[in-house]
Amino acid sequence: MAARTLVNVPPKAKRGEVIQIRTLISHAMENGFRHDNMGKPIPRDIITSFVCSYNGETIFDATLHPAVSANPFLTFHTVATESGTIDFKWIGDNGFSQEASAKITVE
Amino acid sequence: MLDKLFGARPTRRIFLAGAASLMIVRPAAATPQAMAAAIRQVAGEAEIKPGKIKLDLPPLVENGNSVATTVKVESPMTATDYVKAIHISTEKNPQPNVISVKLGPRSGKAEFQTRIRLADTQQVVAICEMSDGTFWSDKVDVILTLSACLEDPV
Repeated sequence: MAARTLVNVPPKAKRGEVIQIRTLISHAMENGFRHDNMGKPIPRDIITSFVCSYNGETIFDATLHPAVSANPFLTFHTVATESGTIDFKWIGDNGFSQEASAKITVE
Repeated sequence: MLDKLFGARPTRRIFLAGAASLMIVRPAAATPQAMAAAIRQVAGEAEIKPGKIKLDLPPLVENGNSVATTVKVESPMTATDYVKAIHISTEKNPQPNVISVKLGPRSGKAEFQTRIRLADTQQVVAICEMSDGTFWSDKVDVILTLSACLEDPV
């Protein structure tokens, strides 16, 4: 199932400027410690890894554990070096994988 | 009266069965020792000093399902002096680890925000690893009124 993602990257930046990137993805982050109505444990289903790369170079790499809230939200920074694309990739349990990308113009 | 309701007097067995059904089996929580072990796993034998890093969490949290968390590290973030990684750990969540992030000189600013779950009133610890191999930490005590992680869906 494709998850909805929301990435916020400033479309334009000055060279060398520190820009803020905000990301949000819809995911239940089922932590594996809960039980259903019948008392059966609900298996863990979380996003385990998030990577952001700027023109192919990794700039932010996060390892997520069950203690991250549902719909993981991450805000981080990077230096605007050149125009290009910023790619985002989330990887999770049960083969979950979702990608997103944003364009940035650096003047 | 009770005889009419239950057909028989409530026996000790019925009472015990009822009492047992009220007990909720909870997974073992992480302990401060488990947190210390998790921290040692990332830091190894290195000394962890307080300072440089600032963990920003509200001191009183109403809902542990989503706690806005900000981590900032004082660092120039140049090619020779930058923050390599930041880790957040908790004392009483079922698992001590919360999130680990890797940064680099390209980050520009050693700061990130996320939302975390907290299972209990407890201490949250953030640790950062600098490019020169030193470790710095910050601790925040959080009081929680509604727990996350362990509650069952309705």
